[in-house]
Amino acid sequence: MPAARWVREHLVLLLGLAVLAYTFVPIAVVVLMSFNDPAARNVYSFDGFTLHNWADICEDPSMCKALGLSFRIGLLSTLVATTLGTLAAFALVRHDFIGRSSANLLIFLPMAAPEIVMGSSLLTLFVASGASGHLGFWTIFIAHVMFCLSFVVVTVRSRLAGMDDTLEQAAADLYATPSQTFWRVTFPLVFPGILGAALLSFSLSFDDFIVTNLNSGNSTTFPMYVWGAYRVGVPMQVNVIGTIMFVVSIAIVVIGELNSRRRSRALA
Amino acid sequence: MAAGVRRRGKVGYLLMVPATLWLLVFFVVPFYSLVATSLFDPSGSDFRGYDMTYHWQNYADVLQAYWRPFLRSIWYAALATLICLVLGYVLAYAIAFKAGRWKNLLLVLVIAPFFTSFLVRTLSWQLILSDHGWVVRSLQFVHLLGPEDRLLATPAAIVAGLAYNFLPFMVLPLFASIDKIDPRLVEASSDLYANPFVGFFKVTWPLSLPGVVSGTLLTFIPAAGDYINAEFLGSTNQRVIGNVIQGQFVDANNAPVAASLSVLLMLIIVAMVLVYVRRAGTEELL
Repeated sequence: MPAARWVREHLVLLLGLAVLAYTFVPIAVVVLMSFNDPAARNVYSFDGFTLHNWADICEDPSMCKALGLSFRIGLLSTLVATTLGTLAAFALVRHDFIGRSSANLLIFLPMAAPEIVMGSSLLTLFVASGASGHLGFWTIFIAHVMFCLSFVVVTVRSRLAGMDDTLEQAAADLYATPSQTFWRVTFPLVFPGILGAALLSFSLSFDDFIVTNLNSGNSTTFPMYVWGAYRVGVPMQVNVIGTIMFVVSIAIVVIGELNSRRRSRALA
Repeated sequence: MAAGVRRRGKVGYLLMVPATLWLLVFFVVPFYSLVATSLFDPSGSDFRGYDMTYHWQNYADVLQAYWRPFLRSIWYAALATLICLVLGYVLAYAIAFKAGRWKNLLLVLVIAPFFTSFLVRTLSWQLILSDHGWVVRSLQFVHLLGPEDRLLATPAAIVAGLAYNFLPFMVLPLFASIDKIDPRLVEASSDLYANPFVGFFKVTWPLSLPGVVSGTLLTFIPAAGDYINAEFLGSTNQRVIGNVIQGQFVDANNAPVAASLSVLLMLIIVAMVLVYVRRAGTEELL
């Protein structure tokens, strides 16, 4: 029977696709629930279709306030972490200095430490330095830059290390000054890596709960809002935000992919 | 890039200094203050301050009081890591060897679901596994679950949630390792009359070990510290250590207890990682 043979030949691919499909099940539920018209606030089930949640996202103003805070912290910590991390990645790939391997280890460790341990140690530092009364925007910012940094370094470093340096040599052979070579050749080549690192960093910051919850004082970020609202019943608008985050990140990735395809076709 | 191209001189230090300083001040120094806090006299309070009395007894006390949440965290994380390894291996293998020109697209799809907020997608699992949801009803219909049995508020739900949320941490390193394997090696094994199973366990699996080791570590470590899944999908009978640490710091204002728990968790994880990496024979990864 040809159908059975086809299945046998493609078994691994089919199983893989099944796993992939399973990862999308909760997302489908999030999208569905964003159109939910709940019968009661504390019972979480699909009761009826409505566009209300999309039309009135800020029905609960405290949710939008939390979103705003998450955005501001996400943007600022991404900016700082991406800058510092990119500099460090250049140092690690392009320069030789004493302590290079210790620097590599220092970059690796935050990725291997559980969040609850990083968060609680940072809190003890803030308490010990008398900042316990000032927990809020800046302490969250400091924490987010700290755990985003390593991911930026690793992302940019792998882009730099995989780069062909013959283009830079060619530029130098054609009498480009070092700064011309950097801004016209090196930087454009590394840029996709930097952009990817920035996206990763923003989503890590925007989504963080465990570290933030320990170091936030009275401030409430979006994940903390969801956590707090969960006991009394989460407003359906939370699912609208979840859907938007999903769609926007897919869009960014697809546009990036199309862009790089167009460019590689232009080169070929 | 060859190592010979690396330039010496001041620039390297200047580029490295900002990130190094940030990590030293806000990652390394905090560990010191965490250990110090764990040795404070527990009779103090956040308001009156604590006395440093090298109170090692804290460690014995918290182990005695909280060994159950500790065991639970480790156990749930280990099970979830195992499930991730099986599911992740199938997925990574399929993408690396069977996806052809769809490789990049599929890799994007692996990460895509995880751009939705962690808490929102865990809440979504809560709905899927809820007592009146179709999953529970179908399982009851085929008598895999009794009429009174539930999925929510059980350890199984927590493990499933962990296995779901940390799957990309497993798939990506596995993919990186499997993708590097030369398919001709697998073909060679079949030319030499190895059946597909022997071929897999003698060729593909050993070559993918670096990915297996880094994937399991990247899954296990965050899963052991996580308490969001336990809170949303479990009940108060399944409190995990992350939950206890958070509560002791913020609600109970008992910093020395929370700090000793944190230090213990870190030590347990480091010890397990060292044993595991040595057993797998992949020390050079660290």
